[in-house]
Amino acid sequence: MNATWSRFNITSIVLGFAFLYLPIVLLVIFSFNESKLVTVWGGFSTRWYGELFRNQGLMDAAWVTIRVGLISATVATVLGTLAALALTRYTRFRGRVLFSGMVFAPLVMPEVITGLSLLLLFVAIGLDRGFLTVILAHITFSMCFVAVVVQSRLMTFDRSLEEAAMDLGAPPVKTFFQITLPVIMPAVVSGWMLAFTLSIDDLVISSFTSGPGATTLPMKIYSQVRLGVTPEINAACTLMIAVVALGVIAASLVNKRREVQRLRDEQAAQRG
Amino acid sequence: MAETAVSSPSAVAAAQPASASGSLLNAITSRLVIMVPYLWLLFFFLIPFIIVFKISLSQTAIAMPPYVPVLGVGEGISGFLAQLRELGIDNYVWLTEDPLYFNAYVSSVVIAAISTFLALLVGFPVAYGMARAPASIRPTLLMLVILPFWTSFLIRVYAWIGILKPEGLLNQVLLATGIIDQPLVIMNTHAAIFIGIVYSYLPFMILPLYSTLEKMDFSLIEAAQDLGCTPTGAFWKVTFPLALPGVVAGCMLVFIPAVGEFVIPDLLGGSQTLMIGKTLWNEFFANRDWPVSSAVAVILLLLLVVPIMIFQSAQARAQEQGR
Repeated sequence: MNATWSRFNITSIVLGFAFLYLPIVLLVIFSFNESKLVTVWGGFSTRWYGELFRNQGLMDAAWVTIRVGLISATVATVLGTLAALALTRYTRFRGRVLFSGMVFAPLVMPEVITGLSLLLLFVAIGLDRGFLTVILAHITFSMCFVAVVVQSRLMTFDRSLEEAAMDLGAPPVKTFFQITLPVIMPAVVSGWMLAFTLSIDDLVISSFTSGPGATTLPMKIYSQVRLGVTPEINAACTLMIAVVALGVIAASLVNKRREVQRLRDEQAAQRG
Repeated sequence: MAETAVSSPSAVAAAQPASASGSLLNAITSRLVIMVPYLWLLFFFLIPFIIVFKISLSQTAIAMPPYVPVLGVGEGISGFLAQLRELGIDNYVWLTEDPLYFNAYVSSVVIAAISTFLALLVGFPVAYGMARAPASIRPTLLMLVILPFWTSFLIRVYAWIGILKPEGLLNQVLLATGIIDQPLVIMNTHAAIFIGIVYSYLPFMILPLYSTLEKMDFSLIEAAQDLGCTPTGAFWKVTFPLALPGVVAGCMLVFIPAVGEFVIPDLLGGSQTLMIGKTLWNEFFANRDWPVSSAVAVILLLLLVVPIMIFQSAQARAQEQGR
């Protein structure tokens, strides 16, 4: 192991991870700074968190963001899972090339283009910009990410299970809900989480597609950041990081427990 | 799109020992599985581009929506045709006449290319180190690369403002340790944008690199060196060619969104930096010129068509191999 994992490899990993994590760690530390000057340490304090919760504008925006995230992630997960099934199970249908193009292109499409084009669509069909249009926009770009996550799980899926169920007379819909869905569930759940994070994170597409009364948290943060760095924003960012970190840790714990359960079941099956 | 034919699933359904109504139901289900996401993407992804293209040919107007013609069908076919004749390429001519746009496109591509190269330089050693790490800790390392991606993009860019600004943390550290005696000016320069893009998109570079390097047979390098290759020679003759699919995928994942990036140049690049995403944003939000911003978007999309196609064919190939 020492021969292959050289000191150079270890150094580059350590430096790479330091680069990835240091800015976030510094941001979190300075959210507990007493001083109003963000980059000068003035002692430990949680006063900015207090200020944050008294800031009605930010709280409203946070509530909008959470609702948009929950709704759009859920719809995007359903549509993305269907898209993944369509891509992996039906290898030949008319327009498949166009379809896979439309699934992969949004992953790299610059957000300004997606945002502008969706806005122009909403104007063209006479839909007033607001809560609904932000949700529709978020579903559209996040369902493609869900599709990619679920698709990679479906490709390693053992199809003989499904075939067995269908040979025993189960209709495809029942087979899907009783066999396929439980197996791909971890991927569907991480797809949902990815869609939710992308949604609560998005600034550019939301700015184009939202209207009065549907200001999201990133839009609010962005308009304040443009005026300068404030400890209050550091506190808001720290809370968002904490929420996401808790979610990721919880998900990995659930996954691990499921894995342990699965191993135990397999062992029991072998013994029995 | 009603003719979206499903050949294989209906054949499968026909082979099932099910009643005639059952197989009809199966055919409808499999059709729905395809149709629902297909129609959604058609309506919310493809059609909007056609609208963008149409509006890029329109003129600005002081109205709502702020462009003419609206292409309504209220005045019948002849009225519609008359409106169609009002479309023109004036906005594109305008884009070529004002050097601002040309410079913004060029500098976006240059900045994105340099940042992509820097991200490759930073990401490759990390991905390589991860691929050679003991198998037991690889999942943890992978998790650590993905984790920053889960935290807000805006927050990660914002974090750099506090570090890079003249009285920021980097200058404080460098001044205190006596490495420099004048604060470095990094904020509001191209250097800040490079740092911002490399930082934000690094996981996108590392992940595809890692997944190709992990599959690599490292005894090939030993073989090359046994046969007299220098370590550098072995890298260029063995490692790099084998990692090439990952390099291409990683570079495309960084380059394409970086060309149209708005948040990073806006927050870290200051007012002097010219990038096309920012130009489009200003054209739309500050000048309220929808037709010109649509034309800017169409040209940006044309610039990115080739990289996007490279990315998609790489994706399709990976998908075929995974089968």
